[in-house]
Amino acid sequence: MTAARDVAIRARDLTIGWGNFVLLDRIAFDIARGDICAILGGSGCGKSTLMRHLIGLEHPKGGTIEIQGAPPGTVREGRPPFGVMFQSGALFGSMSLLENIDLALARWTDLERPARRAVALSRLELVALGGFEHHQPAEISGGMKKRAAIARALALDPSLLFLDEPSAGLDPISAVELDELLITLNETLGVTIVIVTHELASIFKVAHDCIMLDKKSRGIIARGNPRTLRDESDDRFVHAFFNREAMGE
Amino acid sequence: MTERTLQWERSSSDDGTTLAFRGAMRLDHGAALWRTLDAELVDGARVTADLGSVTVADGGCVAMLVALEGDAANRGATLTVAGANDGIARLLALHRDRTSPPTARPRKPGFFHLVGEAAVVATRTARQAFDFIGRAAVAAGSAVRSPRAIQWSAIPSLVERAGANSIPIVVMINFLIGAILAIQSSSPLERFGANIFVVDLVGISVARELGPLMTAIIVTGRSGAAYAAELGTMRVSEEIDALRTLGFDPMHFLVFPRVLALLIVLPLLTVIADFVGLLGGLAVAVVQLDITVAAFLARLEVAVLFGDVASGVIKSAAYAVTIALIACERGLTTRGGAAGVGASTTSAVVLTLFSLIALDAVFTALFRVVNL
Ligand SMILES: Nc1ncnc2c1ncn2[C@@H]1O[C@H](COP(=O)(O)OP(=O)(O)OP(=O)(O)O)[C@@H](O)[C@H]1O
Ligand SMILES: [Mg+2]
Repeated sequence: MTAARDVAIRARDLTIGWGNFVLLDRIAFDIARGDICAILGGSGCGKSTLMRHLIGLEHPKGGTIEIQGAPPGTVREGRPPFGVMFQSGALFGSMSLLENIDLALARWTDLERPARRAVALSRLELVALGGFEHHQPAEISGGMKKRAAIARALALDPSLLFLDEPSAGLDPISAVELDELLITLNETLGVTIVIVTHELASIFKVAHDCIMLDKKSRGIIARGNPRTLRDESDDRFVHAFFNREAMGE
Repeated sequence: MTERTLQWERSSSDDGTTLAFRGAMRLDHGAALWRTLDAELVDGARVTADLGSVTVADGGCVAMLVALEGDAANRGATLTVAGANDGIARLLALHRDRTSPPTARPRKPGFFHLVGEAAVVATRTARQAFDFIGRAAVAAGSAVRSPRAIQWSAIPSLVERAGANSIPIVVMINFLIGAILAIQSSSPLERFGANIFVVDLVGISVARELGPLMTAIIVTGRSGAAYAAELGTMRVSEEIDALRTLGFDPMHFLVFPRVLALLIVLPLLTVIADFVGLLGGLAVAVVQLDITVAAFLARLEVAVLFGDVASGVIKSAAYAVTIALIACERGLTTRGGAAGVGASTTSAVVLTLFSLIALDAVFTALFRVVNL
């Protein structure tokens, strides 16, 4: 077990559900600081829901979650401790891309307007959206929205980044560029990244660690390095998942 | 070749009934296919669907055959599908593979269930609303300490949309209300030779009741509905969640500016409404009741006191907070996509109208007590 200070996210006895319905039953895991961890599993197994709990938008039925030693939703060092990209992008529809990014900068930093503008523009450049700063979210494509949402998540230089299916809907080249961006952020800035994704190529390329959820057993069925799991796991589902096989009954 | 039509022949023997199909089994023939087989599959029937001369079949028709195959047992009959060519056989196999037992449709709740549920929902809504008002009050307090959490820049445009843009409709409706009141009261007043009291009647009812209330109703329809729909859409597209993760409290960022905007706008609109309501009364008085403008104004000075106008304006401030808070609360608690946004908007308008009238009653009683 890793020492407490090297753990970015710790979940213990975590039970998630609504009413009598239990989606995930008493799961426990640690995500190490500085790792890129993929949350995997079939559609509807609760990946997005788990993420919403980790970032404190919803409260578990039972158990505890700690983000860098504190409950999720705690504001530390004067700003939110993580950046989030939602599955749908969730850009603010009434604001331009620049304003979307500027919002958090204006709230949580002392930067003057020109400085904030420079930071926001460089974030857009980072996701190859230079020149689109004055567009409204309704005026850009689905893939561009995803990238803009990543730029917004990066606005405050978070040490922890949550991404829900960032590469879904991206063309292969943009997807590879995104992977490279994540690796760069991770290696140069030490950002811990939790990523929900189905893209196997991306998983094998970027993830050091993964948590695979399963709907039937309502828990974690695999844990560890995805490449190792692909080559060595003897669980049928895990094997089929990583090797892109159909699961006949 | 009759590729586009489907025909069949029915033959009976000791072994049961055989329907020999010929041609192409397209979805266009689905209705006829279903009716024919459905009619055959009575208790004890043994039916064979012979596809030997069928060239191609649509997925939809195959799905129907498979469904009827499964259903036949429930009816005490059997359906055998025979003679399918390779292509159709593969389709059949594909569909048979995937038949899962139908899930029971949730039972339609009965009357008492609905009544009980409505009661539970109503109490929950009321509790949520009070909870929300409490949190809004706390937020208003803390807003003073962290002014950067508030979207001040939104306020001018909110004021413009709620205020300036609704002046035409406020003017039109309140002018008509003043005029209608005067016309309705003119004949009874004339009968008693009390024409001049039309000023009292129109003045007091407009200033105390109709001006504030009609204006609040207009603003509910315009701005209340808009706020609920706007925040509801933000809710279902996860924008509110995104706002939270960026460290903003929607209460500060979205609710507070809207409450403030209506608090600025509604009292002003109410003063305008009072003024044009009186104008409406004046117009009718001059044209129909032979009252001169000078006489009208002279009576007005005596009839309508400052307290009458003030009580209406005080009420309008309370209405403003009510409209904004209910609309925002409904919007922020929206669930379930586009239909959810519609439902929140409706419920915001209905709940607000009800609350306005209830509040009016409370104020009337209150002003009685304090003699305003
Ligand atoms: N508010 C809710 N109430 C009840 N059930 C819910 C609610 N939200 C989600 N669910 C259920 O939880 C399950 C998991 O949903 P979730 O969105 O987390 O799936 P996912 O793993 O992210 O799937 P995908 O890969 O398709 O995005 C689904 O079966 C869904 O029906
Ligand atoms: Mg999801």
